[in-house]
Amino acid sequence: MTGFLRLVGRDLSLALRQGADAATAVLFFVLCVVLFPFGVGPEPNILARIAPGVILVAALLASLLSLERLFQTDHDDGSLDLLALSPLPLEAVAMAKVLAHWLVTGLPLLAASPLLALLLHLPAGGLGVLLLTLLLTTPLLSLIGAVGAALTLGARRGGVLLPLLILPLYIPALIFAAGAVDAALAGLEARPHLLLLGGLLAGALPLAPLAAAAGLRAALD
Amino acid sequence: MPRFEGRDLTCLRSTRVVFAGLDFAVDTGAALVLVGPNGSGKSSLLRLMAGLSRPFAGQFLWDGAAIADEPDVHRARLRYVGHLDAVKPALSVLENLTAWAALDGGADPRGRALAALERFALDHLADVPGRYLSAGQKRRLNLSRLALAAAPLWLLDEPTTALDRASVARLAAEIRRHRASGGMVVLSTHTDLDLEAPAVLDVSDFAVQPAPGEVLL
Repeated sequence: MTGFLRLVGRDLSLALRQGADAATAVLFFVLCVVLFPFGVGPEPNILARIAPGVILVAALLASLLSLERLFQTDHDDGSLDLLALSPLPLEAVAMAKVLAHWLVTGLPLLAASPLLALLLHLPAGGLGVLLLTLLLTTPLLSLIGAVGAALTLGARRGGVLLPLLILPLYIPALIFAAGAVDAALAGLEARPHLLLLGGLLAGALPLAPLAAAAGLRAALD
Repeated sequence: MPRFEGRDLTCLRSTRVVFAGLDFAVDTGAALVLVGPNGSGKSSLLRLMAGLSRPFAGQFLWDGAAIADEPDVHRARLRYVGHLDAVKPALSVLENLTAWAALDGGADPRGRALAALERFALDHLADVPGRYLSAGQKRRLNLSRLALAAAPLWLLDEPTTALDRASVARLAAEIRRHRASGGMVVLSTHTDLDLEAPAVLDVSDFAVQPAPGEVLL
């Protein structure tokens, strides 16, 4: 466990030292959402209607930005060999990377979203549920993304392949997350949608590191 | 019975048989030097020995027990220094090494990292970020992982690349010390490293020559 936490710490300090990844994701997220009022017009009703979907899709794309480098830099500089030879199982290594990725990109997206919800005139009643769905969705994005990042590791043009592989897998999360916010706005119960999202997360938590570790082993061979 | 041995190993890279029917044995305190031209499979053999990849055929034994049965135990008893130096440009020399020391879960990673840096004469660079290191300094930083904790088997892939003569001598001294305490070294090298009584294995002896007209796999 100490080895796991120290690996997370190393990745966090690397990310903060370089700084670009976290800032890029949040800035991309904000800019992406800000473009919509320009595109669809400043009509508050329309913006409020599309707000949950826009924010969720933008968050999904923003978290995709830094996924390609999740294992790439460690693979290229030989660190991945040493991580594979460390006492930590590769599954734990993958999980540590996912946790660090979420802390560096997922959490800042969560922090920036209330401002964007305000910008898009999302009714106050929907904000709490939106934050809750983002809290469940962003770790899911990091987990599923890690599987894709491990699978495309060492592939030529892996950066292009990764979104094609991963985006379809994000669809269920997107459906339930948007459903939860829509339900809350319509005065219905958001709980069933949130529970399904939680179920997806509970399934991905053990399965995604297993799949990612298998991908890493194939890349090392 | 030798401590660490490989029997009838075949290495396959995509569809090419790099070597086949390779046997080796390393005993306590021994050094095995892998020689052979570029592409003969020295690095591949070292990666197989480390368990980073699996042999297409054959097996590795430790004290007569198959290593494939207990990969975790094998990982804990080896140190692998590959030809990539795994130095993070954003972290200082000491932080780089401390991060590796921390991963094994042992106590006081920072103290062990400092001691290891001293052994490889890098302590004066402790606070320098990895991006400012020369190729030789990066290599020494990578090699200093060997001194973090005792491990019986050292696997070194071209360890002398980019090293100056003083550093090569220091590495030779570390290897001598390691062997004197019962450690084993397997390394590939093109330059002369001052080793006492090394066994030499020419990997190209086991290269597979396709018969005329025969297509291998």
